[in-house]
Amino acid sequence: MPLVHELSLVMSIVETVEASLPAVPGARVLEVRLRVGVLAAVEEESLQFCYGVATEGTPLAGSRLVVQRIPVVLHCGPCAQDVELPSLQSFHCPRCGAPANDLRQGRELEIESIEIDDGEPGEQQIQEAGQ
Amino acid sequence: MTTRIVELRKGILKKNDELAATLRQRYAASGVLVLNLVSSPGTGKTAFLERTLSELRRRGTRVAALVGDLETDNDARRLAASGAPVRQINTHGICHLDAEMIARHLDGWETPQTSQLAPACVAANSLFPSPDFAPADPAPHEQRTNEEDTRVSLADLDILFIENVGNLVCPSSYDLGEKIRVALLSVTEGEDKPLKYPTLFNSADAAVITKMDLAEPCAFDRALALRNINQIRPGIKIFETSSKTGSGMDEWLDFLQTQCAERNL
Repeated sequence: MPLVHELSLVMSIVETVEASLPAVPGARVLEVRLRVGVLAAVEEESLQFCYGVATEGTPLAGSRLVVQRIPVVLHCGPCAQDVELPSLQSFHCPRCGAPANDLRQGRELEIESIEIDDGEPGEQQIQEAGQ
Repeated sequence: MTTRIVELRKGILKKNDELAATLRQRYAASGVLVLNLVSSPGTGKTAFLERTLSELRRRGTRVAALVGDLETDNDARRLAASGAPVRQINTHGICHLDAEMIARHLDGWETPQTSQLAPACVAANSLFPSPDFAPADPAPHEQRTNEEDTRVSLADLDILFIENVGNLVCPSSYDLGEKIRVALLSVTEGEDKPLKYPTLFNSADAAVITKMDLAEPCAFDRALALRNINQIRPGIKIFETSSKTGSGMDEWLDFLQTQCAERNL
């Protein structure tokens, strides 16, 4: 069943990426980079499988999907600082052991960037989305 | 070949998150407390909700439910026996409810659209206690086709329950605009369920242990289960209930009524 969940995520990725492509015929996506929190309930193997299937016949066909896993960071009140959680088996500060519910990072599910080949001569450049 | 990197920084679930934010505003504007019930298949969500709806109605709380399943309207029929307005959402293969499905079903609910209501729901609406919805002819078991009889508005509800598709993974990513997410586990599932599914249990606002009447025959280690839930979601409110005997239900219902009273503060 989780497969269906990853499939709908991939379809959303395809839709978002297609909308961000320049209106150049033949523009093609080479790589899509994701930031996925370890609490995002996403299984990378399912995601990769669905990606291969759902990108067929789109400008994303054949592109690489690179998933960067984002660890959980909690804010610990007693320590007055953000701490990274070493495992998902205990949501307590790894330094002082205090219960920690103030999640600062770890649920991300976003497309960070895409690498595209738009067939035009030019240098590699970084552009902000929407520009 | 010329390549370039384009930074997008776009949320994959942005659409759902935006719609959920709209729903949240809508619930607040209507003054309705919304809960999202999540568990594995077979935990007893429906039995728990059946009892919750019946008892809240007995206490005079105006309740309704949306219930998600891949197929069938069996759960809506069961829940409708409580007399509360109930709508079934069939996801046809999708493993979770999303904000769009909720919005679509609320829209249908807020305007008289008899044709979109499952028969069980029509029957349920004819039993709705609020004078605003009272049918002209109060024959309780008759399936009603009069559009006026099925008119239900969010503003006339105190609590709306959303019973999610039985799944402990996917629903955790989909915000439905709810105020309270409830994770349920039954004594028959094993005490380590929260450790196996931390993504869901960590996102919950309350936890319910169901089938407590089976705790003894299942050699359920209550202390271990409570400890495991607290490992994943420290300090979370935990209710130990039996939908069969009714044990623990009063505490749960009191909690709901308190949350309901505070919902607009």
